[in-house]
Amino acid sequence: MKSIDSLEVAEIRTAAQVRAAALPLEELNPADPQGFVDDTVGYVFERLRREDPVHRSHSPIPGIDTYWSVTRYRDIMQVDTSHDIYSSEGGITLMDFPPGDEQKLPMFIAMDPPKHDEQRKAVGPIVASANLNNWQDLIRERTGKVLDSLPRDETFNWVDKVSIELTTYMLATLFDFPPEDRRLLTHWSDMATSNKLTNPDAPDPEVRMAELHKMLEYFTRLWNERINAPPRSDLVSMLAHGPATRNMGPAEYMGNLVLLIVGGNDTTRNSMTGGLLALHENPEEMAKLRANPALVESLVPEIIRWQTPLAYMRRSALVDTELGGKQIRKGDKLAMWYLSGNRDESAIPEPNRFIVDRERPRQHLSFGFGIHRCVGNRLAELQLKILWEEILRRFEVIEVVGEPTRIRSAFVRGFSHLPVRIPG
Amino acid sequence: MAKVTFIGFSGGANTVEVPVGTTLMRAATDNGVAGIDGDCGGNCACATCHVYVAPEWWERVGARNRTEEGMLNAVDDLRGTSRLACQITLTDALDGLVVSLPEAQH
Repeated sequence: MKSIDSLEVAEIRTAAQVRAAALPLEELNPADPQGFVDDTVGYVFERLRREDPVHRSHSPIPGIDTYWSVTRYRDIMQVDTSHDIYSSEGGITLMDFPPGDEQKLPMFIAMDPPKHDEQRKAVGPIVASANLNNWQDLIRERTGKVLDSLPRDETFNWVDKVSIELTTYMLATLFDFPPEDRRLLTHWSDMATSNKLTNPDAPDPEVRMAELHKMLEYFTRLWNERINAPPRSDLVSMLAHGPATRNMGPAEYMGNLVLLIVGGNDTTRNSMTGGLLALHENPEEMAKLRANPALVESLVPEIIRWQTPLAYMRRSALVDTELGGKQIRKGDKLAMWYLSGNRDESAIPEPNRFIVDRERPRQHLSFGFGIHRCVGNRLAELQLKILWEEILRRFEVIEVVGEPTRIRSAFVRGFSHLPVRIPG
Repeated sequence: MAKVTFIGFSGGANTVEVPVGTTLMRAATDNGVAGIDGDCGGNCACATCHVYVAPEWWERVGARNRTEEGMLNAVDDLRGTSRLACQITLTDALDGLVVSLPEAQH
């Protein structure tokens, strides 16, 4: 039986599909956050991949304006791997700020070599394989505790009680951040990705920056503690002692904190929710998984492809160049729409199906490719793997009892609410 | 055909035979050699096919290219003999090649 809720959702989807097909090509704007709230941006991408895969897009939002939408897997791969043509220095989101605006934070993901490589190396070892092995037991124990504490026979928000709880706890461990304050990390992550221009409900820029300064203050205390102690294997200590990062100014420290907090938090959080939703919507895939729990190995990359928790990354052309038959001018900005590339039938067989035993599940774009490829990808996979192993061990069913609420952002593709119920 | 031997991080050798012209990465993924993922499909863009070339083969395998250097820069267990398997094409001269796998890929 369909609830009224899902009937409304079906109507919204049909309307969006009609609209994406009827609009003149030049009016298609995949960065419109409404398409992410409704989860209908896929119709826009479908048409762009077919009719105009490198598309000159316009957004009415000031600061975004005109940009190129790169929608096919192979073109995205080309841009992502040509860092000498497509720079990250202009920032990783489409929003531009006036010169000197402190909202544009310096962080290593938004740098080119050699500085990028040096700063990345300062934090890379924390997610190296030796460390992952050390953490395996800790993550499993914590995941088990969180799952065992979930309410039974009562509707609760999976996003808050599981996805946020687990990823924020992990992040607190990486920073060696006081665990009792860990929800501050969630708060700062949400602040960092908030944007008043794309979401009227978001805090004003002044409020956002004031909160990020509180974050900086808190983390400066941790930095000062750790700079005066021998080097340890937490992120703050690694930044404070690393030759490429120990002389960072406050803005750069703030920027890199935002990068690590958002990168280690928002992304895996939304894959934890998106995976549950995808398996709920595909009961035959859930049945396959229950019959053969070893499929968790391919389930995890498939969830990450399916969710694509960061919908795009931005690049800026350093020179005049050509892409997919289009003339790109020096200074133009481009969105590599990972979300679209991950649904490109010319690169991924049956891309619109969620398949837990997909043949080459790891060939997705969600981590990016090239020198900026997600530094924490193995840790993200490990957290998801353990979560699903522990879920399968414990629960016969987790019922999704209502529609998800999606975040109003074209960058962070995620959820604020998913009502679920565990019988028992 | 060319024979290649992959030695796992915790020991254990796996010898496979593939047509000349195949990349070392494909030789592994097509034969289910554990530890070589090849997430980017051979675009020198993910560093999940990192191998150490046995010293006696290093000269014959040849030098890293520039893109490869950039990607190897980000791996956590780089050595002098590190290469990305997708950037090595197997030839008759490389018949018998031996490589080993880093800890990160097991």
